[in-house]
Amino acid sequence: MTAAAPLTARPGAAPVPYRVAEREAETPDTATIVLEPVRSALQPFAPGQFAMVYAFGVGDIPLSVSGIDGRRLTHTVRTVGAVSGALNGLRRGDTVGVRGPFGTDWELPAAAGKDLLVVAGGIGLAPLRPLVRDALAAPERYGRLNVLIGARTPHELLYTGDVRGWQSAARILTTVDRADPPWQGEVGVVTTLLDRAAFSPGASAAFICGPEPMIRAAAGELVHRGVDPEQIRVSLERNVHCATGHCGHCQLGPLLLCRDGPVISWTKAQPLLMVREL
Amino acid sequence: MTVVRHGFLGALSPGHRKRLATFGHDVSFPGGTRIFDEDGVADRFWIIRSGLVALDVHVPGRREAVLETLGEGDLLGWSWLFEPYRWHLGAQARSTVSAFEFDAERVRAACEEDPSFGLALTNCVAQVIARRLKSTRIRLLDLYGPSDAGES
Ligand SMILES: Cc1cc2nc3c(=O)[nH]c(=O)nc-3n(C[C@H](O)[C@H](O)[C@H](O)COP(=O)(O)OP(=O)(O)OC[C@H]3O[C@@H](n4cnc5c(N)ncnc54)[C@H](O)[C@@H]3O)c2cc1C
Repeated sequence: MTAAAPLTARPGAAPVPYRVAEREAETPDTATIVLEPVRSALQPFAPGQFAMVYAFGVGDIPLSVSGIDGRRLTHTVRTVGAVSGALNGLRRGDTVGVRGPFGTDWELPAAAGKDLLVVAGGIGLAPLRPLVRDALAAPERYGRLNVLIGARTPHELLYTGDVRGWQSAARILTTVDRADPPWQGEVGVVTTLLDRAAFSPGASAAFICGPEPMIRAAAGELVHRGVDPEQIRVSLERNVHCATGHCGHCQLGPLLLCRDGPVISWTKAQPLLMVREL
Repeated sequence: MTVVRHGFLGALSPGHRKRLATFGHDVSFPGGTRIFDEDGVADRFWIIRSGLVALDVHVPGRREAVLETLGEGDLLGWSWLFEPYRWHLGAQARSTVSAFEFDAERVRAACEEDPSFGLALTNCVAQVIARRLKSTRIRLLDLYGPSDAGES
């Protein structure tokens, strides 16, 4: 089964005003903001796609959708610099400009009938959250759902309320790199959780997002265990500037990640990620 | 006793697995049990069937720092195979743990007596050590730190 191609925004379209309807602090440097259109909404987003979100007077950055709810868009933003800091600091009622949807999506429907492995590192859980929600909403369509989550410390785990709620219907495994005494869960890299996931390698589809070395380690381990590289989709979130395939900042080998990505198959990503200085 | 097939023992032939099983028995540790301490004599090892075990290191003046956890199918302890047969880390059950416990001295003797069994087992343990080293190296990168920057 092939998923219908998601809609992608017209190059050069002007930002559409959205208002902050809700803001929730996830961790000390990360917040989730729910945006609703001031007037008309953008075309619907698919899980894995991203928007260019403009903090007025500061600049715009690519942010994946971490929730899709009718006309509302949810983004989770971690402060790393000026624009992400400005977006993180928004309050209810503030306005931003949004362009999108951009890029490829996870193509979850194409994994019908397969066991699902969702592997997320740090902020990488953001673009995967709507995929998990879609999979949970249609359990009859897929095999076993495994969600493997890694974070640096227990305080940096995202969406802890949601994740608790997923536990009754999916195998949720969480690990941290560094634990403090109250943490009673697993400690180690996210790939070690694969030992405890429930999946048949020959009939599985995997979806991975996180820091690139983690993506490489997780995808490599899955292939080693017999998962078809074509059934592994990864999201590569390199510097996107224009999001319209013109500026070339997000070029990775022959691909422009804003247009050909961010979600691509491991078959395509693997050779590119092994090359130095690409 | 049927020794778990996946995890650490996956690479052993059925004959070698059966042989190893003759040196083991079932044990269970309530949550909170100290299974071994750093620098203690490594005279046993375990294959975890269920539950979670924390590997820790003693930091003077502080609580033990947990470096890694091990769970179902994992090998607990490899210092028993290499001199001076002393634990590099400590281990504590985080929850009720059930495991197969093996007498290290008897397994070492069997390895000497039957080099093909010895080589196969050493190979399995080496693979475990290599995987843990790889994981540790990935963690050293501090991947999720503020400047990890999926940047090109
Ligand atoms: C397709 C895509 C989806 C993304 N989704 C999200 C998301 O859902 N949530 C989120 O918080 N971030 C996401 N990012 C990353 C986000 O776009 C960057 O953090 C942001 O562009 C940084 O801009 P700035 O002005 O705040 O910081 P800058 O001043 O531009 O940069 C500050 C520091 O962050 C580094 N940086 C630049 N780009 C990135 C990047 N792509 N990833 C990580 N660090 C970067 C810079 O090298 C520098 O060290 C996504 C990126 C892409 C390409």
